[in-house]
Amino acid sequence: MMSSDHPSSPHSVGVLAASPEPNQPLSSSADDQLFEKSTLTARRWMTAMAFLSALGILAALLCLQFGAQYVGLSEILRIVVHMAWGTHDQVVDSDATATILLHVRLPRVFLGFLVGCSLASVGVALQALLRNPLADPYVLGVSSGAALGVSIAVLFGVGTTMLAVSALPLCGLGGSLIALVVIYRMAASYDRLPIYSVLLAGVILNAIFSALVMFVTSIMDPNRSFGMMTWLMGSLTAPAYPTLLVFSLYLIIGLGLLFKHVRVLNIMAFGEEPARSLGIDTDRTKRYIFLLSALITGAVVSVSGMIGFIGMVVPHAIRLIVGADHRLLMPASALVGGTFLMVADTLARTLLSPSEVPVGILTALAGGPFFIYLLVWRKDRMS
Amino acid sequence: MNQAQSVDRSRDPLSTAGRVYEVQGLHFQYGGSDSGTLRQVLRNVSFFVEAGEMLGIVGPNGSGKTSLLKLLGKIVPVQQGSVALFGSSMSDLRQEAVAQSVAFVPQDTSQTFPFTVAETMLMGRFPRHHRTVWDWGFGWDSPDDRAVAQQAMKTMDVWHLADRSVTELSGGERQRVIIARALAQDPRVLLLDEPTAFLDLQHQIEICSVLIRLKEERGLTVVLVSHDLNVASQYCDRLMLLDRGQVFRLGTPDDVIQPEVLKAVYRCQVLVDRHPRSGLPRVTLPGRDTARRLK
Repeated sequence: MMSSDHPSSPHSVGVLAASPEPNQPLSSSADDQLFEKSTLTARRWMTAMAFLSALGILAALLCLQFGAQYVGLSEILRIVVHMAWGTHDQVVDSDATATILLHVRLPRVFLGFLVGCSLASVGVALQALLRNPLADPYVLGVSSGAALGVSIAVLFGVGTTMLAVSALPLCGLGGSLIALVVIYRMAASYDRLPIYSVLLAGVILNAIFSALVMFVTSIMDPNRSFGMMTWLMGSLTAPAYPTLLVFSLYLIIGLGLLFKHVRVLNIMAFGEEPARSLGIDTDRTKRYIFLLSALITGAVVSVSGMIGFIGMVVPHAIRLIVGADHRLLMPASALVGGTFLMVADTLARTLLSPSEVPVGILTALAGGPFFIYLLVWRKDRMS
Repeated sequence: MNQAQSVDRSRDPLSTAGRVYEVQGLHFQYGGSDSGTLRQVLRNVSFFVEAGEMLGIVGPNGSGKTSLLKLLGKIVPVQQGSVALFGSSMSDLRQEAVAQSVAFVPQDTSQTFPFTVAETMLMGRFPRHHRTVWDWGFGWDSPDDRAVAQQAMKTMDVWHLADRSVTELSGGERQRVIIARALAQDPRVLLLDEPTAFLDLQHQIEICSVLIRLKEERGLTVVLVSHDLNVASQYCDRLMLLDRGQVFRLGTPDDVIQPEVLKAVYRCQVLVDRHPRSGLPRVTLPGRDTARRLK
């Protein structure tokens, strides 16, 4: 065989001895602490999640109090306690306050939380896959796809009221799936799926779908097209409990499957080639996560319309605070996204009470400037 | 050459003997069959890589060096021909199975999100985790994982960067972090694409020395792509010179680093003499005199 014993070993030893960071047993505990501090530990995870959950519960209690009619905290507690410990008849009979609280406010606050959770989680997933902190379901055109599906269904009379949460989630799902398949096809017309062409495909698709939604709205009869516009701007209404149950089961399963991929997302965020070198089947993973994102987005859009920016702003803010590790970033963004939308929706229904502002307008007003700030900030960081 | 293999516990002593890679009639092209932009990158490449050797892939720009390296790491799929890793066909191996024995260090190590260096290191342990249905993906890193990651950080001299964000590092620092992550993967084969490209002199020497040491102490097999003929010549056991997708010459540095061979491939005249200490061939640019004479 070819001889390969050239004398390179002596000087490798020399360099190691002269290494600027020799092993120092004395400082090892301090070193360990630095390492520990710089990684996500179970304890840090628990602390952050406990804090954010507490924040979410507090915000929920606050949101339940406000509305067309103020309901005090003690009143809320009384009704909840009665509900929980079986004296149901007493509560329902007692007053209209309980009805408002249990059948209008509570489901709406809960729905707001779920929608916010979902949008933020999908935002996190898409940002990691596209390696772009500006990505969210809207940029990819998945939301407008869902909106198109729902608006066509409404045009043909599926669901008599705008938010009859009956067949509409399915239509939304169908629309977002079509969007997804088109994006996937466009991007996959290259040999593999290059990440930037996906983003570009999303932008173009978004424009086309938005135009089609506008068209559908314009040929609708005026009565319905007003409701349509309100829904498109993004608004929540209190769903009936059976509907809410189905909807939340659907989202919880979807989010659960998404949350299973947090470690994979960590690695995907380094790019496809590094991810493959760490043993991830990137094409399959991408397809799976895009599909889950489309499913969740479809359902969310069908109940709440186009609520923008939560999927982009919340993950970004959380990333600045807790770091980039998706094991914490994803659930923390979900909690904060949910809390954020609960609060925003409470503002939306109280600011101009008794009339309502579509909550999508509020989130856009809060998120738009942030988006611009991000663009400027990113420009600084990149150059 | 690989006396000290027994140092590593996880390794089967039998499988380090023999060939790591066997490559037969490998062709590779970019671009879909329907688009007109088909580009043949590799043509009929055949070679093998012995366990514990350090193979350098050199050649001009666009000669297919990086594509070949990616094929060896299953970063891109084999199209035509065959690549066998430890005797099994690369196409049959799952991505995860490849990652358990092969680590790949890409040239582009940029990152958008502010992961800390320590977090990045622990990701190297990912292929080593056995995932079950009930594992909800959080996979808290075991003390073992942390120990391996910390050791790799010390080896690559990135220990002091533990709490820094990878987005804030210089190109050279990030390069070392990614090489350290590859070591944390505890691989049997290390593939590196231009490992010394962004590094200053001190760290170039350090990385090459670390590679030599890992090769000798742990029987690590190294395949690296380099533009720097001197790095390749001084540190690699064998060199593969690629010319427009074909193997022009494969052999010891003495076989490959010869003025007429380099002239045929690079289309320019260089000086080749001997390194005063190692005695290995050394490439020097022709210098001002020649430049004047050419005018």
